[in-house]
Amino acid sequence: MKSRYLPLAATTLIFLLAYTLCYAQFPAMLSTRVIGNLFTDNAFLGIAAVGMTFVILSGGIDLSIGSVIAFTSVFIAVLLAGTGLHPLTVFALALVISTLFGAAMGAVIHYLEMPPFIVTLAGMFLARGMAFVLSIDSIPVAHPFYDVLQSLYWRMPGGGRLTLIGVLMLLVFLAGILLAHRTRFGANVYALGGGAATARLMGVAVGQTTIAIYALSGLLAGLSGIVFSLYTSAGYSLSAVGVELDAIAAVVIGGTLLTGGSGFIAGTFVGILITGLIQTYITFDGTLSSWWTKIVIGILLFAFIFLQKGILWVSSRNRVALDHAHGR
Amino acid sequence: MEKPQGTLLSVESLTKSFPGALALDRVDFTLRAGEVHALLGENGAGKSTLIKCLTGAYRRDSGEILLDGRPFDPRDTFEAQALGIGTVYQEVNLLPNLTVAENLYLGRQPRRFGMVSVRELNAKARALLSRYGLDIDVTRELSSYSVAVQQIVAIARAVDLSGRILVLDEPTASLDAQEVRLVFDIVRRLREQGLGIIFITHFLDQVFELSDRITVLRNGRLVGTRRTAEIKRIELVTMMLGHELSQETRHHAADRPNDAPPAYRFRDFGRAGAVQPFDLDVRRGEVVGVAGLLGSGRTETAEVIFGVRPHDSGTAEKEGRKLDLASPRAAIAEGFGFCPEDRKTDGIIGDLSVRENIILALQARRGWSRPLPRQEQIEIADRFIKALDIRTSDREKPIRLLSGGNQQKAILARWLATNPEFLILDEPTRGIDVGAHAEIIRLIESLCEKGMSLLVISSELEELVAYSHRVIVVRDRAHVAELVGEEINTDSIVRAIAAERPTEDAR
Repeated sequence: MKSRYLPLAATTLIFLLAYTLCYAQFPAMLSTRVIGNLFTDNAFLGIAAVGMTFVILSGGIDLSIGSVIAFTSVFIAVLLAGTGLHPLTVFALALVISTLFGAAMGAVIHYLEMPPFIVTLAGMFLARGMAFVLSIDSIPVAHPFYDVLQSLYWRMPGGGRLTLIGVLMLLVFLAGILLAHRTRFGANVYALGGGAATARLMGVAVGQTTIAIYALSGLLAGLSGIVFSLYTSAGYSLSAVGVELDAIAAVVIGGTLLTGGSGFIAGTFVGILITGLIQTYITFDGTLSSWWTKIVIGILLFAFIFLQKGILWVSSRNRVALDHAHGR
Repeated sequence: MEKPQGTLLSVESLTKSFPGALALDRVDFTLRAGEVHALLGENGAGKSTLIKCLTGAYRRDSGEILLDGRPFDPRDTFEAQALGIGTVYQEVNLLPNLTVAENLYLGRQPRRFGMVSVRELNAKARALLSRYGLDIDVTRELSSYSVAVQQIVAIARAVDLSGRILVLDEPTASLDAQEVRLVFDIVRRLREQGLGIIFITHFLDQVFELSDRITVLRNGRLVGTRRTAEIKRIELVTMMLGHELSQETRHHAADRPNDAPPAYRFRDFGRAGAVQPFDLDVRRGEVVGVAGLLGSGRTETAEVIFGVRPHDSGTAEKEGRKLDLASPRAAIAEGFGFCPEDRKTDGIIGDLSVRENIILALQARRGWSRPLPRQEQIEIADRFIKALDIRTSDREKPIRLLSGGNQQKAILARWLATNPEFLILDEPTRGIDVGAHAEIIRLIESLCEKGMSLLVISSELEELVAYSHRVIVVRDRAHVAELVGEEINTDSIVRAIAAERPTEDAR
């Protein structure tokens, strides 16, 4: 197997193993109900994590995601409560704002040559602050259109519900996979992660690509905010704290190299499933503190960092020698 | 195949200056279709400036460049590429994490219905590489292949993008002998196809093996262009080093012979891939000069001794006691000091003050748990600023604001502050003005009178002759000659550098 597929294979294997162990203890865990809930409960995190995967693949980081989700949910709730706008109009406005916000961070990162960590940290405080400016209270959303959207689902065989937001997450992952592997933009993202200076020499429009990457992350964070709003039926500026870190964890557990240039959107999907699986197990068990989720994720993160180092080390020793490759 | 003989590229009176330095001074250069043209010169000769003017990385100040008879003035590397000039560097400038196919066609991927067609991309890449006799899996990442394969992929990409002129900037520096042959085969094939190839390298053997003509630059000026078949090695080395056979240089060191028993003995000392094992004796108060062309292994000799690249064979001892030189830290503890060649990257820390730069090595040797008292730092800094005549308005001035010569003296002060017994100086007079030159030489002589042992690397042969008690000649990463006493003159150094190597597999 090619070494770049190894982390993805390892993640998938861990997920299957973990699921088997859970099933052995609680046979009820293998049901479409559990799987449907897994998708619904992690929809907002999954959508945000797709954006984060692109950012990390390019060698960057986006810390503003959680705040943008909170801002979007408050923005939607305030506008729906205070104006007569239709939710779809409000959604469109929210997506425009979050995309422009991401693009602006990308522009600052590129043109001012600032580290993404600092710029998106500033974005994190800014978005959270803006959410507080809009409202410090938790605002419930009560709109007939919300009821319609929330009641949309497909009943899977076995009684599980595949909700609208669950389907939305799956579609975002599919679109992300196509974008990453079947477009020039995707190749440019990997190129940036491999080395920005070299990418520039090879003709990649570095500025344009950087801005597009952070705009995409902003767009998906906004979409994640909409999903979060549908999921909770409320907007609250203190919600979604630390979601960016959960997303980063899912991306890394999914086998993407934190230094950029190597990884898969599909891996992030498995990473999200693993996170969700741990939470489901804790719910089933009933006696464990929910903090065990954090502990297990911490252990998994360490394991994956070691795994990646190991793979890098092995693949650098196994270079294909010229005499084998040079067939004549 | 018929060889086209027309002139592809002609450069006339090209001039390029940077603040404080004239990098190219009215240089002429022509490249014919179907020739390999070697471009030679020591560091700072202007090779890379010339190349950068051709590839669009720099804009020239004046002069004329004609490509196919048409004026050529690229604004950036992409325009140069589109007009037909492609470049391959020593460090492979491709992306290790992308597949071979993606590297070849990044930004030009074939698309179908708006999506990249991976199948077509890989097929195109395979077809392209098969023209270079390379049959590899193009869907693997570039980093899974050896540097030679990566280099060939880089050549294939550059030729595919540009197609008229290929600039090879030290493409063989990190390849072994067999890999070099493969790359050369490809270069010969491209030559037959009528490309003009500019070839930059430090290895004279490769120049004679591959090139049709040779152009030598020195200090930004054209020394001459010769046909490779009509020039001897010794003439070439003379052209590169700028030594004129008539010139007489006084050999100062001969006036003060040194017959003390050797204090430092290196036996079979070396490191695979850096410098072949050598024997070296250095006495107290002796200056040993190291001569050789750029890339010959002279800097590597210093780095191996100082532990920058730890030695993997042989032993070092001082007056019978074994020395630990496994790392720079260990070497400093043994009383060694090293002023590296490239001040900007290896030596000075630009934003720290002159004082902080001077006390750096001393502090490092004491360890961070025992900081040097501020008052003592000031005393040491002031003493050396005075003793070495470092011209700065203030000891707290950031060192990057000082001139090159004064920076060099500050680095010297850094090592002198540790009271080293063995000091290595790599190109101590590079890039500094003539006045500072003489001062550094006087300083070297006074240091060795005080009993310090010095190893000085320099491409200024007259300088080496002036202060060295002995001169080691380095070639192809091995110590090939040792000159003592009357033998130390520029003539015999040039002869030793240019001598044909005895066996084919010496490198």
